[in-house]
Amino acid sequence: MIAFENAAYSYGGGELLSEISLRLAPGSFHFLTGPSGSGKSTFLKLCYGELMPTAGRLTLFDREVRALSRDDIALTRRRIGVVHQDCQFLDHLPLAANVALPLTVAGRAAPAADLSDLLGWVGLGQLADALPPSLSGGERQRAALARAIIMGPDVILADEPTGNLDWDLSLRLLTLLVELNRMGKTILIATHDLNLIRQAKSQLAARVLRISKRRIQLAGADL
Amino acid sequence: MAAIQQGLPLMAMTSDRQADRVVPPSGASAWLTSFTAGAMTFLAVFALALSLASGRLATRWAEALDHTATIRISAPADQLPLQTKAVLEVLKTTPGIAAARAETPEEQRKLLEPWFGPDLPLDDLPLPQLIEVTEGLDGYDAEGLKQRLSAEAPGAVLDDHTRWRRPMAEAAQRLRLLGYLSIALIGAAMAAMITLAANAALSANAQVIKVLRLVGARDSYIARAFVRRFTLRAVTGSLIGAILGTIGVALLPAQDVAGGFLTGLGFTGFGWLLPLALPVLAAFVAFAATRTAAFRTLRRLT
Repeated sequence: MIAFENAAYSYGGGELLSEISLRLAPGSFHFLTGPSGSGKSTFLKLCYGELMPTAGRLTLFDREVRALSRDDIALTRRRIGVVHQDCQFLDHLPLAANVALPLTVAGRAAPAADLSDLLGWVGLGQLADALPPSLSGGERQRAALARAIIMGPDVILADEPTGNLDWDLSLRLLTLLVELNRMGKTILIATHDLNLIRQAKSQLAARVLRISKRRIQLAGADL
Repeated sequence: MAAIQQGLPLMAMTSDRQADRVVPPSGASAWLTSFTAGAMTFLAVFALALSLASGRLATRWAEALDHTATIRISAPADQLPLQTKAVLEVLKTTPGIAAARAETPEEQRKLLEPWFGPDLPLDDLPLPQLIEVTEGLDGYDAEGLKQRLSAEAPGAVLDDHTRWRRPMAEAAQRLRLLGYLSIALIGAAMAAMITLAANAALSANAQVIKVLRLVGARDSYIARAFVRRFTLRAVTGSLIGAILGTIGVALLPAQDVAGGFLTGLGFTGFGWLLPLALPVLAAFVAFAATRTAAFRTLRRLT
């Protein structure tokens, strides 16, 4: 699905990530941890084609990423849902239109009932007409998750999705991601939050990847 | 190919309103586009009217230059009839002259009337006799005719109008070219200003572009959103400018012989429909300018 083979990424003359070889298998659930500035966000950007590896090989859905055209990358992103900590929206459009945006840009209509169900599933059913600036941090994170999954992506990448949330809201978001994984989605969450990882491992077989000294390792010790 | 190209701005205006919605309602840059397109089209209408009027004038003068000449006979009163007769005889036997006739005193009075008034006592003035010459299709040898005239009628001078008609006809041609060049420059200036406005809008919406890319929008989709908006704005502004410009031209004083060129500045017949072509031209300019700016910016924002 997403596979790195001895890949590296350099920025500004220095190597940020080195010798990365790993494969995100379909239906897997991974956490990515590491100190601030270690390259977690960069790794996620490589995973959805915003950045290109400067060495080695990266394949997205069995296609070498460097061989993809700009249009191909856009189409690949429709198979990958992304949730950022500082999730951005189109502030002039209501929440429902923002959540349906991936369908809109793909030229597909969002059935009202399905959209309503999805908003209800993330607990935002009453806020369909609200504008993004009026939403709280937790509401924005759940709205971003709804937007990330509306196309039925194969992979969901989340970059510090609970960074601005209290513990209750973090758990709620985690529950949604766990549910998605049980539906067969591949999940990768970059986070500092060890409690969140412990909570997830209590519910499913999540694997933890750790960035250390520019390399990504599989964390062996229990958290 | 031309039909496809013509269809592009139309497609930009009619298709995918959803794409237009994803761009926030823009303020200054969009209105600047409408105003620029309107003002430029207003000016272009006058440049068009100037070009067409100059073209008519150039054609008229060139035709007159090609087909007429005048022979002026200045001689003492007692010799004037003899020399006139001699000149008419020469003209009869000159190849390429279709017709020639002496102006009557009444016709000469009418020619002088604008300067001296209607009560001019022609008999008291030593006026030269004018002979109007109409050229045949094949033309005549002006130099040969001048030599024959100097031999047969020493007081006769051939004025084939070249001396003053040709520079005027050339000036009118140049004026027409200047008019068309003005339209081209106005179009280029409009393209430049729309490009600037589009660049400003694209930069102001960098966050929107980032979100659209994140959810899988292709560059063509993002570009279309901006192109549609700017093309519509330009066409709306240009249409208003064309209507106001046409009204302005229509309000110019009616054509008058005494007024000459300035009062002939306008459109004739179907020419009144030509300003309506300018908004179509503006649509092409806005479409091409915005599309180029959008793709350039999108490549840069990778």
